[in-house]
Amino acid sequence: MARIIVVTSGKGGVGKTTTSAAIAMGLAKKGHKTAVIDFDVGLRNLDLIMGCERRVVYDFVNVINGEATLNQALIKDKHCDKLFILPASQTRDKDALTQEGVGKVLDDLSKDFKYIVCDSPAGIEKGAHLAMYFADDAFVVTNPEVSSVRDSDRMLGLLSSKSRRAEQNEEPIKEYLLLSRYAPDRVKLGDMLSVDDVQDILSLHLLGVIPESKSVLTASNSGVPVILDEKSDAGQAYADIVSRYLGEERPHRFIDEKKGLFGKLFGGK
Amino acid sequence: MMSLLDYFKITKTSSASLAKERLQILVAHERSSRSQPSYLPQLQQELLDVIRKYVNVGQDAISVNFEQDENQETLELNIVLPDYHAKNS
Repeated sequence: MARIIVVTSGKGGVGKTTTSAAIAMGLAKKGHKTAVIDFDVGLRNLDLIMGCERRVVYDFVNVINGEATLNQALIKDKHCDKLFILPASQTRDKDALTQEGVGKVLDDLSKDFKYIVCDSPAGIEKGAHLAMYFADDAFVVTNPEVSSVRDSDRMLGLLSSKSRRAEQNEEPIKEYLLLSRYAPDRVKLGDMLSVDDVQDILSLHLLGVIPESKSVLTASNSGVPVILDEKSDAGQAYADIVSRYLGEERPHRFIDEKKGLFGKLFGGK
Repeated sequence: MMSLLDYFKITKTSSASLAKERLQILVAHERSSRSQPSYLPQLQQELLDVIRKYVNVGQDAISVNFEQDENQETLELNIVLPDYHAKNS
């Protein structure tokens, strides 16, 4: 049986697809057979972030409609042979995804895969609903910013009421906070909500903080998940997150301001 | 007496603490309305219709509050009658 993870946020532009690509790659690199699915029907982008946009032949909707088999639609990642991508359809038909169809695809994938990462679209429409409906774990990607925090809280409400686990009175979805685009220097100046502030408001288990980083744009420019940039702060943050998720102890990093040379010489500690 | 140093101290609250305060109020409010039963708005409307048979009250004359703690659920109804009610009837 696979573990199904939804990467969700409510708000757009907070880093869901970046996160989905990074953690799927991280899990696969740890030796777990992983599939990552783009639920953003009509606005496919995971393929671009994963660098496989020119290898898309069939998509998620083709599989649901029986026009292609799962094996035909799954794209094997070029960096890791344990990672497979199921791209979203570019159709404009809003009803292309059905609960029954999605459930069937996830069931089939579960037989063969250890982890299934569902990259949710923004909003609370059908795609976002179906991305989280079957989930076992939810990675709530939040920016330290008022609208993102509010939308995350709204998603938490939906996760605990509109999911399969909620409807069938099973153990609830495990929810984790991933705080992204974090800028410790701005937090220190009082211009940005801190990790503690966001946790006080959302009361979620913190899986990790991803610092605002130039490496995220560089990675998406080249179509390589940022976790493969092992020297970058964001890459390391995602590697920590994957390890913590798998139960390894990793102290939190990137929460405090990096000290420059001056700070190191004169800052004492 | 204010020292010279105090004069230069930044006394305005940071925008982050303002953000936190606003979010805490908003999130608490949204969470409580999320846990409310879905029939509340209709209940409020029907009660209003009944009251209006006897007293001419405005749309906002009735407030329905639902609260939930570990032991019990409380439905609180608050109806404000207009002052001139006695004279008009």
